Amino acid sequence: MQTAEFAAMNSNFQELRLASVSRHFENPSGQRIAALHELTLTIKRGEFICLLGPSGCGKTTALNCIAGLLPVTGGTISLDERRIDLLPPEKRGFGMVFQNYALFPHMTVRKNVAFGLMMRGTKSDEMASRVARAFRLVQLTGHEDKLPGQLSGGQQQRVAIARAIVIEPPLLLMDEPLSNLDAKLRLEMRAEIRRIHRELDRTTIYVTHDQDEALSLADRIVVMKDGLVQQVAGPEEVYAEPSNIHVARFMGYRNVLELEVGARNGIAVTLEGSGLDLQGTAKQELSGPRASVAIRPEDLSVGAGPNAIRGRVENVEYGGHDSLADVKTAGGVLLHARTGARVAVGDEVSLTITPERVLVYPAEGAA
Amino acid sequence: MSALSARLKPDPALLLVAPAVIFLLLFFIYPFGYGFVLSFTPAEGDWLANYRKFFSDEHLWRTVIITFQLSLPVTILNVGLALPIAFQLRRKTAYQRWVTTLLVIPITLGTVLIAEGMLTYFGPRGWLSQFLQLLHIYDGPIRLTHNFIGVVISLGISGFPFCFLLMLSYVTGIDPTLARAAATLGAGPFAQFRYIYLPLLMPGLAITFCLAFVQAFSVFPSAVLVGAPSGPTRVISLAAYEAAFEQYDYSMASAVAMIMGFSQLVVVVIVLALRRSLYRGPASGGKG
Repeated sequence: MQTAEFAAMNSNFQELRLASVSRHFENPSGQRIAALHELTLTIKRGEFICLLGPSGCGKTTALNCIAGLLPVTGGTISLDERRIDLLPPEKRGFGMVFQNYALFPHMTVRKNVAFGLMMRGTKSDEMASRVARAFRLVQLTGHEDKLPGQLSGGQQQRVAIARAIVIEPPLLLMDEPLSNLDAKLRLEMRAEIRRIHRELDRTTIYVTHDQDEALSLADRIVVMKDGLVQQVAGPEEVYAEPSNIHVARFMGYRNVLELEVGARNGIAVTLEGSGLDLQGTAKQELSGPRASVAIRPEDLSVGAGPNAIRGRVENVEYGGHDSLADVKTAGGVLLHARTGARVAVGDEVSLTITPERVLVYPAEGAA
Repeated sequence: MSALSARLKPDPALLLVAPAVIFLLLFFIYPFGYGFVLSFTPAEGDWLANYRKFFSDEHLWRTVIITFQLSLPVTILNVGLALPIAFQLRRKTAYQRWVTTLLVIPITLGTVLIAEGMLTYFGPRGWLSQFLQLLHIYDGPIRLTHNFIGVVISLGISGFPFCFLLMLSYVTGIDPTLARAAATLGAGPFAQFRYIYLPLLMPGLAITFCLAFVQAFSVFPSAVLVGAPSGPTRVISLAAYEAAFEQYDYSMASAVAMIMGFSQLVVVVIVLALRRSLYRGPASGGKG
């Protein structure tokens, strides 16, 4: 009976719909605070979605609401036409990989992986073959009879993934699964997760605060801040065309300047101030006399060209392939530029950037 | 090489243990050894005379059985009640704090105070009895004191908070994400308890059982005050007391004390041996 119930649940779905999903809590002084405010999102079968944002932005709250570990305080979640936000987690049947892995310390790795199948009353021969397949998929064959405590961090991480995918969930949820690993292992596991996603074609929602991780894994990225969705777009768009200044800042636009808006011609904007005179491209409707300008260090180059900015090199961080130079203009503006050119502290340089890469948003105070 | 020789040289800091060792020697090891030897040097008869007397006199050997009959069920009851209640209170809430305080109050009361209260409340003319008779719920005589039940109630009142506090600390020591992980894998509340919490709690349950059992086994005041010390609740500590302070036979009293200690040891060893077969590692699932 239990098996049938889960089998029905695992039937393929076309869309996971989040409609105005909110999660409020009351702070000690009795105020209602929204950890997650009206998240609306439709996820198609097979998609890899990353929820990206700084800590406290509501991304883990959103994931927990989808998993059923936190009750929503507003909105609905549905798989196709079936509403699921009122079901307890054990009835949703989504696989989840936790940040600290949450492996059962008293069970062997095999029993950990088999747990979900045991709960579903899967027959023992089928269970054995599915568990073996999961071990092959995460390349852990041979470690089945160890306890989780006897494995390395990366291996524990794979067990956690195997445990979540062995139940063949319609939706796989991952909560910063790589944040406890060292840099090299993180890159390897990132490729693994991508490979597993390709092989299984499971819809995946992945929470991270690491923009590189999100860019390399996701089909679509949901950028969040303070419980609000800022942008939903593919990796290229989020990287090149952040929808607002917060997203730009988070996506590595390290140079954010507030300047006076001068002449405007459609989305082409002239900006002035602090001795600068820049041609930029408006990304949002500009209303006030001032605007925030976001420039990625990679887009600034040393040499002659449009938007020439003269300055003196204050500091150089050598980064192997290129260097990060801090350049101070005569007007006192400090700019970060990533450049392959050899520059040294004290050099007078000229920086250049095409107007398309000077992104202009309404001034932060006014927005 | 030098590291090795440095390690072989006695560390002067070890001397800091000396006061504790001296204290143990003077106040535990020596009296214990003294009593042990004393039990084998009876006033009359050969070296085993005390033990032979104990196991041939029904008035004496029955005390071991009576004490087990009292302490084992009481311990099982206390631990068995403490586990689900502590489990229910594992999440930090204002409600948890109140209930915990309420449940722990009896630990601050002595057994004598509890016995006093019980006599007033549970006695034949006590409040409970009067109340039940007033409402004609039960008209027969209600005897909850000066018998076996009286001692069980008293041991329950004094022993439960202790078991509860211990179990609460074990329960809250278990990473709640484990249960959440189990839930996402299809485990309902009961399965989460059965497969995650219970196995991780078993070692703590064993320790709690041992401590509660030893405490209950050495019951003395309540057996006298709310029990029937001449018969049904004539516990082993009472036999030791009589030998020592009524017959002034310290040798016999030591022998009874040794038998009492040995009985407790047997149970503790069995429980700890069972515990060895369980998982005893950390109760959290992975890093961080």
